[in-house]
Amino acid sequence: MARRGTPEINAGSMADIAFLLLIFFLVTTTMDVDTGITRILPPLPKNNNEKVDVKQRNVLKVLINNHDLMLVNGKPANVHNLTDKIIDFMSIHPNNPAYPQVKEQFIPQLGRKVLMTKGIISLKNDRGTSYKMYIKVQDAIAKAFNEMKNQAALKYYGVKFDQLVNNKKIAAINKLVPIRVSEAEPENVGGGK
Amino acid sequence: MFQKLNLKMLEEGSNMAKFKTSKTKESPAINTASLPDIIFILLFFFMVSTSMRQNTVIVKIKLPEATQVQKLQKKSLVSYIYIGQPVNTALYGTKPRIQLNDSFSTVANIPEFVTKARQARNEAVRNQLTFSLKVDENTKMGIVTDVKQQLRKANALKINYSTRKVLAK
Repeated sequence: MARRGTPEINAGSMADIAFLLLIFFLVTTTMDVDTGITRILPPLPKNNNEKVDVKQRNVLKVLINNHDLMLVNGKPANVHNLTDKIIDFMSIHPNNPAYPQVKEQFIPQLGRKVLMTKGIISLKNDRGTSYKMYIKVQDAIAKAFNEMKNQAALKYYGVKFDQLVNNKKIAAINKLVPIRVSEAEPENVGGGK
Repeated sequence: MFQKLNLKMLEEGSNMAKFKTSKTKESPAINTASLPDIIFILLFFFMVSTSMRQNTVIVKIKLPEATQVQKLQKKSLVSYIYIGQPVNTALYGTKPRIQLNDSFSTVANIPEFVTKARQARNEAVRNQLTFSLKVDENTKMGIVTDVKQQLRKANALKINYSTRKVLAK
């Protein structure tokens, strides 16, 4: 009988293994997803003398100094209770002078008039404030507005805001809860660089 | 008996020979040994090409954390502004610097950068341009505010503070 050499290894499945690897890499390569907080900057005022008159009771002043300490309407606060303070401030109390004024506004998507607060969050930071703190505050503000959007969506449509799929409904909620954050012109109050 | 056996063996031998000849006449199986290599080349091609071309960042950036983040939607409509300490501190010092495209810049270069970024895009989408601020978390707000003021002057109002997403505690 003829002596047999070592049998050739069947390499046919190698391609399949490589294909699996290929698919694995295609799926798992995280494409460095960019996430962040999107904001629209206010346009520069046309002339400097123009001053927008906003009543004091309508403004929630958030100040951050160069030691990353926060004042909310003159009282010390921190990022943990800021969210609740904003939600409380932006809630609607038509006859309470401690809260901002309210106005009736027609929401076309809802087809009726709704009471809306005139409250504004005014954010003012020092040049010496760290960016980390600034983002924490922005995050807390964003959280408050997202919470209010959720509440509005639950009230009118029975689901949370991020579960809404209808563009008209999303637009309605965005109209109902506008992100009213104003960033004051920069100032150097704390002597930071 | 021996003869019979011999005969049988002979017969078998002839049969074997017959079989062998018939096998050589069959078309040989295609050698697929190189197929994995081809697939591997494909794999490497994809692995290399999917790593997106980005600016080589010459400033150190550790993004701050945030919970309420959104994804940046259209990547082609995003321009990046990096602010942080230079990587090469021996050469450029430790003061935070602004990086536009591939080089250090000053605040004064931003309007030009905005104009160029606009010109590079299709006219129809120019107003949807977003400027993503990738700022190191230890930077002071002063330089960031300056950049924001310049962006406002250049009428580039849509900005994104780039953050890392963390889950809410």
